[in-house]
Amino acid sequence: MNDSPLQGNSFQIFPVSETAAMVQFYNESREQTHVKVRTLSLVLDQSPFVGMIEYVPGFTSLTVYYDPFMLRKNKDKDISTFEMVKELLEDKMKQGETLSLPVNKLVRIPVVYGGEYGPDLKEVADYNHLTENDVIQKHSDVTYLVYMIGFAPGFPYLGGMDQDIAAPRKQTPRTSVPAGSVGIAGSQTGVYSLTTPGGWQIIGRTSKPLFQLKEENPSLLQMGDYVQFYPISAEEYESGKGDFVDV
Amino acid sequence: MFKVWKPGFLTTIQDLGRTGFQKDGFIVSGAIDPFSLRIANILVGNSEQEAGLEITLQGPTLSVEEDTVIAITGGDLTPMIQNNPLPMWRPIFVPKGSLIEWGGCKTGCRAYLSVAGGLSVPKVLGSKSTYLRAGIGGFEGRGIKKGDTLFIEEKPEHPLLSVFDKDYADFSTVSWQASPPYDFANKKTKTVRVLPGVHYSQFTNESLDAFFQESFQVHTQSDRMGYRLHGPLLERRQKDEILSEAVTLGTVQVPADGNPVILLADRQTTGGYPRIAQVISVDISVVAQTKPGEQLHFKAVTWGEAESLYVDRQIDVHSIKSSTYEKLRQV
Repeated sequence: MNDSPLQGNSFQIFPVSETAAMVQFYNESREQTHVKVRTLSLVLDQSPFVGMIEYVPGFTSLTVYYDPFMLRKNKDKDISTFEMVKELLEDKMKQGETLSLPVNKLVRIPVVYGGEYGPDLKEVADYNHLTENDVIQKHSDVTYLVYMIGFAPGFPYLGGMDQDIAAPRKQTPRTSVPAGSVGIAGSQTGVYSLTTPGGWQIIGRTSKPLFQLKEENPSLLQMGDYVQFYPISAEEYESGKGDFVDV
Repeated sequence: MFKVWKPGFLTTIQDLGRTGFQKDGFIVSGAIDPFSLRIANILVGNSEQEAGLEITLQGPTLSVEEDTVIAITGGDLTPMIQNNPLPMWRPIFVPKGSLIEWGGCKTGCRAYLSVAGGLSVPKVLGSKSTYLRAGIGGFEGRGIKKGDTLFIEEKPEHPLLSVFDKDYADFSTVSWQASPPYDFANKKTKTVRVLPGVHYSQFTNESLDAFFQESFQVHTQSDRMGYRLHGPLLERRQKDEILSEAVTLGTVQVPADGNPVILLADRQTTGGYPRIAQVISVDISVVAQTKPGEQLHFKAVTWGEAESLYVDRQIDVHSIKSSTYEKLRQV
């Protein structure tokens, strides 16, 4: 795996299964790596290879799913489909070097903090020796970067939370956390897009749906977007419920 | 059209899955034993991707409301009409007014029922598959219930509809059948072939030895999302955090308690647990047909073997398809 000039210093490509390969990026800051993941995603959006099914970005990696049967059709049988995919992905990486990424969009998400919507706000405040208002302010003061979407439809993995409001997960996970709940787990914050069991500290809730069943734009947030939370009242929350159509 | 009189244990509408939206966090779903669904579809003349019923452990009672052709594949959950067993892996003509019932689970644990034309439910993000947790797709995003009506897509007359004796009381079928592309026999311990997982070399030697030498029992808390296994506890040498990245069908991940989980159709798109192994594609169906309480044994294969097995399985399915079409043309 050392035959590519691009290898070693910045990325490695290895098989995950006989139908998937992962590009793993190394040796750079998480933000720089994120730009590489986004760039490769964009190249694959614009020019997917024959036999490619889809790709899934991770924090520092990108996994491509493919159909070996499609790739093998009319191809030299001496080389494995993984080797074919590896060469294709190396080409895509080169294509990406000349690509400029579109400007990230900023999405503002209204949150009603505390009370019945954020039952753990006090716990997070107490844990960090802060007031509830301090937690709200620190949580809504920052601009977060969407590193990736995963876990559930439209669920964003956000970077940039103020570490003064970090708090461990609940000792006993809740059996049901309502969709829209805004939570903190360790040094991360996120929004539950579905009603699911979960162990995050819930500090608030948003009425803004994170996904819709439209093929063009199923997730409110995309990798690379910026997010800001802003506090609203319970009344505004109740009147603000609705579907997201476009952003 | 079918009417549901009893839903069975868990009966959902599934096709081959909702691909293309994993990057937006939408799980793939789809038939947990995709090969059985593909063959059920082929036998009734559908596209392999068409949606059918995935029937788990205990089948639903369905009344047939119009003459139609069905095929049942996968595990043998003892399908019958008027106490006469329905043959599996064959197209079957079922007349209006018949009642499809199921006895017990003889082999495997999931059966697939395809109907000529396919089940008529709206496609959501390109697929008819049911995503239970999100309440998306399939029949109103859920398993079928008593009182539901399942509609069939409009389709030109099936060649078999014209030849079968429609006055026959229960059902009629053909003299040939497709052979299952994998072994359904109820062995004591089923062998599941694996490739090394992304974090394979980070596990202790004792854990790796135990992983291949001992067998694992499928826990009762196993479902379409994943199979939880009980056996020797597996330990990763390094304890550093794994950043979330894509996980896939058949990934064997090991949470902190050391009990491995095989990820299946309703797996999350991404995860952060260490991954010891990867079940090869052709053996996903073996896992999917293993009942809770039964044993699995892992066997290592090479990347080359896994790929050849994948390609051979596609060729097998294609040959079942061409011989089925040949038979139907002769009708």
